[in-house]
Amino acid sequence: MYGKKVKLRFLFLSLILAVLILTIFLVLKSLEDNVVYFISPTDIKELGEIDYDKKYRVGGMVKKNSVSMSSNQINFIITDLKSEISVKFSGVIPNLFSEEKGVVAEGFLKDRNFLNASKILAKHDENYMPPEVKEALKD
Amino acid sequence: MLNLIGNYSLILALITSFILLFLSIKNFKSDSNLNFGIVVSISLQSILICISFLTLLFSFIISDFSNLAVYNNSHTTKPMFYRISGTWGNHEGSLLLWLLVLSLFISIFVFRTKKLLISFRILTIFFQQLIITGFLLFIIFTSNPFQLIIPTPTEGLGLNPILQDPALAIHPPILYLGYVGTSIIFSSSLAALVCRYTNKEWASDLKKWTLISWIFLTLGIMLGSIWAYYELGWGGFWFWDPVENVSLMPWFCLTALLHCTSVLEKRSNLKSWTIILALSTFILSMSGTFLVRSGILNSVHTFANDPERGIFVLIFLTVLILISLTIYFKYNDIEKLTRSFLLSKESAIVINNWFMMYFLGVVLVGTIYPIFLEVITKEKISVGPPYFNQLIIPFLIPFLFIMAIGPKLDWIKNKKFDAKFTKIILLILSILISYLIAKNFNTQVLYSTLLISAALYLFFISITDLKNEKLKLSQKVSHTAFSILIISIILNSLFSEEVSVNLKKGEEKQLSNYLLKFENISKMEIDNFTSLKAEIHVIHNDNKLKFYPELRLYKVPETITSEAAIKTSLFSDNLVVVNYLKDTNYLNIRYQKKPFMLLIWLSAIMLAVGGLIGLKKNFK
Repeated sequence: MYGKKVKLRFLFLSLILAVLILTIFLVLKSLEDNVVYFISPTDIKELGEIDYDKKYRVGGMVKKNSVSMSSNQINFIITDLKSEISVKFSGVIPNLFSEEKGVVAEGFLKDRNFLNASKILAKHDENYMPPEVKEALKD
Repeated sequence: MLNLIGNYSLILALITSFILLFLSIKNFKSDSNLNFGIVVSISLQSILICISFLTLLFSFIISDFSNLAVYNNSHTTKPMFYRISGTWGNHEGSLLLWLLVLSLFISIFVFRTKKLLISFRILTIFFQQLIITGFLLFIIFTSNPFQLIIPTPTEGLGLNPILQDPALAIHPPILYLGYVGTSIIFSSSLAALVCRYTNKEWASDLKKWTLISWIFLTLGIMLGSIWAYYELGWGGFWFWDPVENVSLMPWFCLTALLHCTSVLEKRSNLKSWTIILALSTFILSMSGTFLVRSGILNSVHTFANDPERGIFVLIFLTVLILISLTIYFKYNDIEKLTRSFLLSKESAIVINNWFMMYFLGVVLVGTIYPIFLEVITKEKISVGPPYFNQLIIPFLIPFLFIMAIGPKLDWIKNKKFDAKFTKIILLILSILISYLIAKNFNTQVLYSTLLISAALYLFFISITDLKNEKLKLSQKVSHTAFSILIISIILNSLFSEEVSVNLKKGEEKQLSNYLLKFENISKMEIDNFTSLKAEIHVIHNDNKLKFYPELRLYKVPETITSEAAIKTSLFSDNLVVVNYLKDTNYLNIRYQKKPFMLLIWLSAIMLAVGGLIGLKKNFK
């Protein structure tokens, strides 16, 4: 019915379309798997369900006198002035990490009161507060 | 006084911009020589902007604190080198630098393109002036670097100490040369569209600008990455952070453009695609500046800044996008494709472009998806490095193989596909070596083998091709460099090791194979900071390494920075970073072993050198 050329072109186009759809699917799937949600200590208390296999970023302020150090870990409390969460972390702390300063800790939640952090995020600027923290502290 | 000079030269430069816009519209139809008024105005504008930049530079050098920008970002105890780099280490100054490069590039364009079509040159000037006018308005009204403070303070607030670093001091100018170079690509593409001048002559001119931007962007990204590696002490060189991503996106676009201009130059093909790439490169560079400067991007690199400025850039960006879309759809003729066969150099380049666009798409989605999600659902998220690694690294395997084969294909149709004996031997060899490297890992042996062999194969092929007279030297150098870069990055990520521990003075601790010992700490006052130098011993298989990492306590502004102690050799970097916490006796110590770091930097430089060779050849 159709010529060989048309058929070939049709085949080519559908191949491109298939690859395109596959790529988009791959990108979306990967995005879904690797998204890290940002929450405040209050959000954790209010969350209906906690996914213990998913990474979260918890932001707030390091509570005064809450930091304690030992040879292989650092413990501290993140507060948003309404709720608190204890954080356990072993690894390198950023330069500007200090009490009563903004902080973002990334890791897995053990329960609603405890975060097992694998990373503490650095900031470059002593005036800089992560936007999330600013907001979390505001309300 | 200085402030007035700087301010008035900016205002005069704005007036020259308007004159130039008027002159270029008026003289557009003339086909004689380039209007004398235009040449004079362009030179005058460059001189004015130069004066205003030098004034700011001078204010920083003599610490003139009546200038708000100087007051906010400088200090009398700061070393001279960082007073100078402080000029562009802040928002206002860095925009002035953007502007300076914009106007210098258009001057160079005017004086270097005398042989090209006159109306095309005038239109390029017109579009470039649109951009310059936008920047001038932005600087004068929202980020004026010459604001006065009355009364004059006696001391400044100081430059953020983390920026007081040689690599970062020259990083912005180099990166900007790359970013701003794309503005000429943008203006000249729009002009070429309107004049229907998208021919071989134009393509070879476009190629020069593409190369210039590409070289500087490559070096700029590398410098930023070097800085992050030793100053931030995170023990890596690339974090898929939004601010890094926005510089990588124009790089993908430029790399695609670089390859695609060859097709236009040699075969008058892919015209529309070249234009689309050229326009998007600049749009991406501009958006990059906008996203970094506005504070919209939630990045660990973000500095405190003013979100209102973002709105201006957003409007400016929208106008530029609308202009380019209108012109593109109005003037772009439907292209008559000249026939090419599937197995040809053209196809290889098109495939390269597809891969580049795919990488660009992945990075783009990962970077802006969090912004969209926040606007729509108020949920705050960030996209982690695994997203990028999962989507980019597997696709490198076919990409590298095609990169190994592509350059040797002929234009139009490849005559003979010579599967020579040596090539097959090389392929088998690379797979064997890769398997030997990868089999030490329990997981993903097949994946690692494939990845390493693709990179190794490209490396072997590039090396054997170095003698091939048929290929261009620039291409051979850059492709070899790229293969070394990829191999180094892969091996670096596979073989990196790290341990971290908190120790008191005199304590030691055994962690897997490493014994870490906190020997001593000493205090010293230097220039504008107090230095705390620790002595850390790392013992591994009876091999003792001594490290002297440093903490710098700055007084103005009150900040701490860590300076990693790095022992570099050709095949491996060993580094120790320390940090301390107020009111504890503990030192937070991290030891890392990072293979092939030096090769990563060297191959990035070699990549740029390849571009430079190409540039030199194009200017002959």
